[in-house]
Amino acid sequence: MVGAACALYAARAGLDVVIVDRGPVSGGTTGAGEGNLLVSDKEPGPELDLALLSARLWTQLAQEIGEFIEYEAKGGLVVASTPGGLTALARFAEGQRAAGVVAEPVDAEALYDLEPRLAPDLPGGVHYPQDRQVMPALAAAHLVRASGARLLTGRTVTAVLRKPDGTVQGVRTAPGDILAPAVINAAGTWGGELAARAGTTLPVLPRRGFVLVTEPLPRLIHHKVYAADYVADVASDSAALQTSPVVEGTAAGPVLIGASRERVGFDREFSLPVLRALAAGATRLFPFLAEVRAMRSYLGFRPYLPDHLPAIGPDPRVPGLFHACGHEGAGIGLATGTGHLIAQLLGDKTPDLDLAPFRPDRFPDEEGE
Amino acid sequence: MSSGSPQDLAEARPEPAFTVTLDGREIEAVPGRTVAAALWSAGVTSWRTTRVGGAPRGVFCGIGVCYDCLVTVNDRPNQRACLVPLHPGDAIRTQEGTGHDD
Amino acid sequence: MTERPHLAVIGAGPAGLAATAAAAAHGVRVTLLDSAARAGGQFYRQPAAELNARRPQALHHRWRTWERLRDSLARHVEAGHATHLTDHHVWFVERRSDHFTVHALLGPAQEDPVEVRADAVLIATGGYEKVLPFPGWTLPGVLTAGGAQAMLKGSLAVPGRTAVVAGTGPLLLPVATGLAAAGVEVAALVESADPKAFLRRPRVLAAQPGKVAEGAQYAAQLLRHRVKLLTRHTVVEAHGDERLEAVTVAALDTGGRIRPGTERRFACDTLAVGHGMLPHTDLAETLGCRLEGLRVHVDDEQRTDVPGLWAAGETTGIGGADLALTEGHIAGRSAAARLTGAVPDPRGWATAAKSRTRLREFSAALDAVYAPPACWTDLVTDDTIVCRCEEVAGGAIREAVAGLGAGDVRTVKLLTRAGMGWCQGRMCGPAVAGLAGCELTPSRRPFARPVPLGVLAHAGETEDDEHQ
Repeated sequence: MVGAACALYAARAGLDVVIVDRGPVSGGTTGAGEGNLLVSDKEPGPELDLALLSARLWTQLAQEIGEFIEYEAKGGLVVASTPGGLTALARFAEGQRAAGVVAEPVDAEALYDLEPRLAPDLPGGVHYPQDRQVMPALAAAHLVRASGARLLTGRTVTAVLRKPDGTVQGVRTAPGDILAPAVINAAGTWGGELAARAGTTLPVLPRRGFVLVTEPLPRLIHHKVYAADYVADVASDSAALQTSPVVEGTAAGPVLIGASRERVGFDREFSLPVLRALAAGATRLFPFLAEVRAMRSYLGFRPYLPDHLPAIGPDPRVPGLFHACGHEGAGIGLATGTGHLIAQLLGDKTPDLDLAPFRPDRFPDEEGE
Repeated sequence: MSSGSPQDLAEARPEPAFTVTLDGREIEAVPGRTVAAALWSAGVTSWRTTRVGGAPRGVFCGIGVCYDCLVTVNDRPNQRACLVPLHPGDAIRTQEGTGHDD
Repeated sequence: MTERPHLAVIGAGPAGLAATAAAAAHGVRVTLLDSAARAGGQFYRQPAAELNARRPQALHHRWRTWERLRDSLARHVEAGHATHLTDHHVWFVERRSDHFTVHALLGPAQEDPVEVRADAVLIATGGYEKVLPFPGWTLPGVLTAGGAQAMLKGSLAVPGRTAVVAGTGPLLLPVATGLAAAGVEVAALVESADPKAFLRRPRVLAAQPGKVAEGAQYAAQLLRHRVKLLTRHTVVEAHGDERLEAVTVAALDTGGRIRPGTERRFACDTLAVGHGMLPHTDLAETLGCRLEGLRVHVDDEQRTDVPGLWAAGETTGIGGADLALTEGHIAGRSAAARLTGAVPDPRGWATAAKSRTRLREFSAALDAVYAPPACWTDLVTDDTIVCRCEEVAGGAIREAVAGLGAGDVRTVKLLTRAGMGWCQGRMCGPAVAGLAGCELTPSRRPFARPVPLGVLAHAGETEDDEHQ
């Protein structure tokens, strides 16, 4: 998705764009995402600013292609399970409001107006009308098409080519070299590998997540609903399994259930304990789900950088190389802002956001690893 | 030349037929038969319509793999008619959409 | 006396039954799990008990083989060396450090969970029918050839009064003759293969004289029931409003393309169609077994590359009931030896191994002969439904390929929803691959059956708690 957005905004800025992927369109984490465009789960700071910018851009794009990508302005509802949790959530929301997020406190009664099927006796939550959803694989494919860029799938970049003066010359692939003065690393969870092939470093690590998909249902869950401890999970540094219920309906009918995070490298084996935790969390939030059937499950690897912020911007160590990856679980939502900023950089314009927090070279070089 | 029926061929002497209902209408069912087989015997070959196109569907794979033959039995939706055996008094209902009263 | 090692066999068709008998006879305790109420799988599907069928053999072939398998199972159950768990729908097999846990749902409702622990597992989950789409194939009255046979054998029920049996493959013959014997007027058997192709493989045929004789018997029965046999023909369209009323059939040229002007129409209320078989590989794939193409890879002892896991029958490659029997037998013998700490002696199953080789060769020859017509994608219009569950038409799939850059089955699925429905792409996978011009690669289906979230919320919990 991030690559597709970079291609779209760069093309619209007048550049000639080629997209290269060793796999198919939406073949990476994009194809394993839920398609969330969220402001609700972000604390004030650079990521939230990027999310607000991205949300505005998604709204514009939705006017063009919304109907093709299952774009839904459904809103998010964060639910607290204890009065203490509700207090903490309210405080968090206050900070978000100061940063420009619409965050409406919801008391116990209003909670069940918004989501009648929630488990009983919950104290309340916060409603975020700005949260949206898309079908991520479709969205990426449509952004690619809308960009008019030349798409080369099934082609692995084996090296980023550099001129004798060290500036970028293009990329090498088996069928041949593709020459260009600017190369964007939008390789997501594999962004570190691509950086290495350019002679530089970016410590992107995989953070595995599973999603459960139910049978098609009528619209019984109206928002993206999640438990207040989700935000803590995202921000956690722990490599161990973190799960927190996230439940939402889709335009097509099935309900999607998340969310789990663990650092297990690229292990693709299905883990019953994780799926059990997801099912348990979802049925705790929405008891009616106990009778609903899970039809399938899939897993993906979020691209995780040590300080939980993506890398967006030029790599001073490799002039002509730009990074646009490491968005953890927020890549779909943040793609548009990222693409827009990259296009501004390519056109030598002042970016709409201060990119210092996203500097790709902000990590200390690891010696001997 | 063909013989009369599969029951004749296998020399079946099923226990007495019982009554079940299809959308409230009484039909006879031979014990041991699945919902799908009983509906076929009653001349019914489709018992649900699809979610998007509203098209009629009945048995396709016959062995529980294709999920085309979904039907509601005793208020339980999305039962595979080719797998579920019938019992006296069972209430079969045709389904629409997701089967969950859309 | 030491306790016997415990083997869970999943599937009570020919392979599972043969494996159970072999293992139980050689020192292993077997739990045989199967989704049906009675053993037999597809090939030996039995009529429901309440039908009191006194001559079920009238619907079957090789009845004596079934009787031996059935009686052997009964003896081992009686002796306490085997347990037959009926109505158990296995949705997941969990590999733990020193054993496996088989997760099942009790049928037919499939709401209540059961967990069975075993030292080793043998997967004999069989196969299912492949059907390539054509206009009108979603009309009620159009069903798979195997489905028509299953309803006949299991429920003594027929789909209608007049049938056409079509497609390609050895299954069409018993289906056509079975329906005809059961009182259905079978107007035609429409086979897209060229029967002369068999003559190009005389050595393989000579090695299976029984099969040749079987073929001749079918030909005689077709004549007797006045079933028109049309080879090198295919169905081009099924017609009807709310249900099937007729089909149009046309001849194929040597290139597998429709010969214009050869179309004929057959009035019928039933079309039993099939284009071959596909293995069920979900449980094995989720456990990490290596797959070769669409089948589970096994060694000469029928072992997968996951320790403690055997596989036999259609799941290791479509080859029919006889092959399944030999593979099941070898797998059961191997499992018994390995689990009791003995060194397996392949001479103990040498006959079965030779039989296995011959039958695999025969099956490969059949595959080469019974290929669907080369032109089948031409028949699929932009309006023809390809994914039955999600109602995705040929045009949407072609658009995903040509317009959005999809080049493999999974990407087409993500961009069109083809394969996201209840059947999880089992029916439409081959068609999507054909239309996308790519190979059919096995899907990842961690849930072999849809599982209620309430069950999943506690699956394996007791065992995990025990370890804490």
